[in-house]
Order: sequence, then structure tokens, then C-alpha cells
Amino acid sequence: MDWTDEGLVLSARRHGENSLIVNLLTREQGRHAGLVRGGSSTRSRGIYQPGNLLRAHWRGRLAEHLGAYTCELLHSHAADYLHEPLPLMALSASTAILDTALPERAPFPGLFEKLETLIGGLGQPGWELQYIRWELDLLSELGFGLDLTECAATGSQENLVYVSPRTGRAVSAEAGKDYHDRLLALPEFLREDRAIDISRTVICDGLALTGYFLGRHVMGDTRHGLPAARERLVESIRGDRSL
Amino acid sequence: MAAGAIDRLIQLFARLPGLGPRSARRAVLYLIKRRESLMLPLAQALSDAAAAMKNCDTCGNVDVSNPCSVCADARRDTSLICVVEDVADLWALERTASFNGQYHVLGGTLSALDGIGPEDLLIAGLVTRAGEEKVTEIILATSATVDGQTTAHYVAERLANCDVKISRLAHGVPVGGELDYLDDGTLSAALKARRVI
Repeated sequence: MDWTDEGLVLSARRHGENSLIVNLLTREQGRHAGLVRGGSSTRSRGIYQPGNLLRAHWRGRLAEHLGAYTCELLHSHAADYLHEPLPLMALSASTAILDTALPERAPFPGLFEKLETLIGGLGQPGWELQYIRWELDLLSELGFGLDLTECAATGSQENLVYVSPRTGRAVSAEAGKDYHDRLLALPEFLREDRAIDISRTVICDGLALTGYFLGRHVMGDTRHGLPAARERLVESIRGDRSL
Repeated sequence: MAAGAIDRLIQLFARLPGLGPRSARRAVLYLIKRRESLMLPLAQALSDAAAAMKNCDTCGNVDVSNPCSVCADARRDTSLICVVEDVADLWALERTASFNGQYHVLGGTLSALDGIGPEDLLIAGLVTRAGEEKVTEIILATSATVDGQTTAHYVAERLANCDVKISRLAHGVPVGGELDYLDDGTLSAALKARRVI
């Protein structure tokens, strides 16, 4: 059995002295692990950094075996962000979320494209909003999409400012007035197409919204909840003086 | 077939980095043949080192004294602290003989997947040291990996309220490196870290 595909590195763990077990998000095969012999050597270590785009050749005697990868670096995204704290944390968070949340060997071609676009655009103006949209897309791809088009209570499409934590549907200001404390805030950029000012509040509201549903639906079965990398990203954005 | 104490010795040797069962057997046979000249002195040295080894309460280095020989050395510049991930990195920097300040060993890096958080690293001790009046610069010498640099940014964030200059090691073209053979990531980092000559 063998195949060749493009893949983004989600994680690489040491195996023995020189080898790595690398998890890639591939275009056709989904999240797929494989052994890289000599992957932790000085020459190869840089290739298997999270976020890097590789051309991977997988070979195994049987399809259900772990198998072995031979990889060629196509683009080193990790190196692009080593000096930029928040984009680097977002890169770490996105790859860690996928590494924990995605089932193995189930194809998600849409997710591959979206992760590649997200990683390629980190550091560009407004990347924080793109990151939140990416988490919303991830929820949709995994079958837990939020319905932010109309109010769950009245059907109105106007003045949607909340999201129900129970149903994941939007709630208008009028309908949600009495339940304000129990509803999640719906950030303006998710309900308006026009450009808005990026503020820390908007970003934190967005991350709280997606974080809640990721934690509940996607990470609910895992032992640790949301990866620490995402928690650190949220903490750093809260404390970032430039926003 | 080896048995008993020898077999146990082979098993222990096989756990060392770079040694498998076959090379462990070779090493043990080598020692057996040099019982007086090598095996007994090695056993004594291992026992002495295990008994004397201490972790420095100040910097986290491993030495036979606490504070370690680096922290206790009065000739060193106490205004500079170089933050490293591991004792191996401290030894690597010491081999260069180009740094005369003090060190702080974090004990690893933050890890997105392995659940290593700030509380597992010696960051609080570093913040305390950085608050001392004599300290003027902290050099973050973590690896040029996603985890290494995430840790460096996190430490820099924690030190933001301390009145110290925070710097990091340069990333780029290694000495003797030819551009044609460098990977894209290294070249891109080198371009970003270029400086005026």
C-alpha cells in the first residue's frame, strides 16, 4: 500500500532515538499518522514543525498499519511566524486542535484548504477574525455548525446579538434581553458583511463563542478539553497591548 | 548467554542513548575484560556522581554544589541571564566560551500537545531573578522550533513588567553554510533577521 499527497504537519512526537511519529492533515487522506525514520536528526528536525506544508509519500504493508512517511518540504510556514508571538500561537492552536479533534484517516478536503489558507494569512491585518471564522468552519465541517442567520426565538434576521449555548443558534437583542447573562455574545463581524474595527472585545467574544462549542462538541470526549495552546492564545490576545 | 548481574548490566546499558541491545552487550564485554582498569573506576565514578549531584536552586543547572559553579563564580557578569531549555543547552553555550553571564534552565518548553504548561517550567524563578536590581538583560536562547519560540514569547510576556532588556538569539545562516543547501525556513528567517553592515 502506498500513496502520495500534500500534507500540513499537525504534530511530531519522538519515537525512539531518531524517529518521529508525524501526524499530517493531508488533502485526500485526512489526518494520517506515519513513522518518519531519522526524522529527529539535525537535518530533518526543521521539516516536521507544526504548520509546515510537505509532499508526503506513505508506505505500509497493510492499509491499517502505521506505515512510514518519506517527506519533502514544500513550504516552511513555521519559520514565517517564529518571530511573531500571536500568529505563532494561532498556528500552534490550530494544529493542536486538529490533532486532537479530527478522527484519523477520514478525508476532510475542505479543512485542508481552509487550514492552508488560515496559516498562509496569519500575521496579515485581520487574521484574528479569520482565525475565529476558521474555528466556525471547523465546527461546521465536523457537523456542529452554528446557525447565525436568524433568531431562534422570533425568526427575525435583525439585531442578532446573542447565541444560545444550548442550540448554537442566534438570538435577537429583544428575545434575549431577559437571558442576557446566560447567552453568548455574537460578535459584530459574524453578522455584518461590512468591515468593522478590530477590537480586543470583538476578538475575545468570537474566541469565547467558538471555544465554548469546540469544548462542548468537539473536545467533549477528550480528557483535557481545549488544547493549552489555544488557551494561551486567548490569554495573550486578552493581554495584547496593540489591540 | 549472560545471566544475573551481567544480564541486568546489559539491559541498563541498552537504555542509554545510542546503544541498542547488541552494542550494549559489546560495551559490557569490553568492561568485563577491563574489570580493574575501567569497570570498577566507572562504577565508582557513577556512584560518586549520583551521590553528589544537585540541582542549583538559583538557575536549575545540574552540578555537585548548590549554588552551581556558574552561579557561584564571582567573575561572571550577574547583569546578564541567558535562558535555556535544558542543561544540555547550557553546556553547549559554555563550550563556546563566548558568554560570561549567568544562566536560567527552564527544564523544557511549553508543549501544545503534551500538556506541558508554564507551571511545569521554572518560569516563576526567572521572573523573580529578573526583578533583581543588578539584572539588566535577559537573553532567550530557546530552540528555533514552534514550541521553543512559543516558550520564548511566553517568557517575554511574563517579563514585560520587569525593568530589563529582553533579547533572543539570532536565527539564520550557519557558519560554513552555503545558501544553495539551506532549507526555505532558515533562509526566510535569515532574510527577516538581516542587519545593516
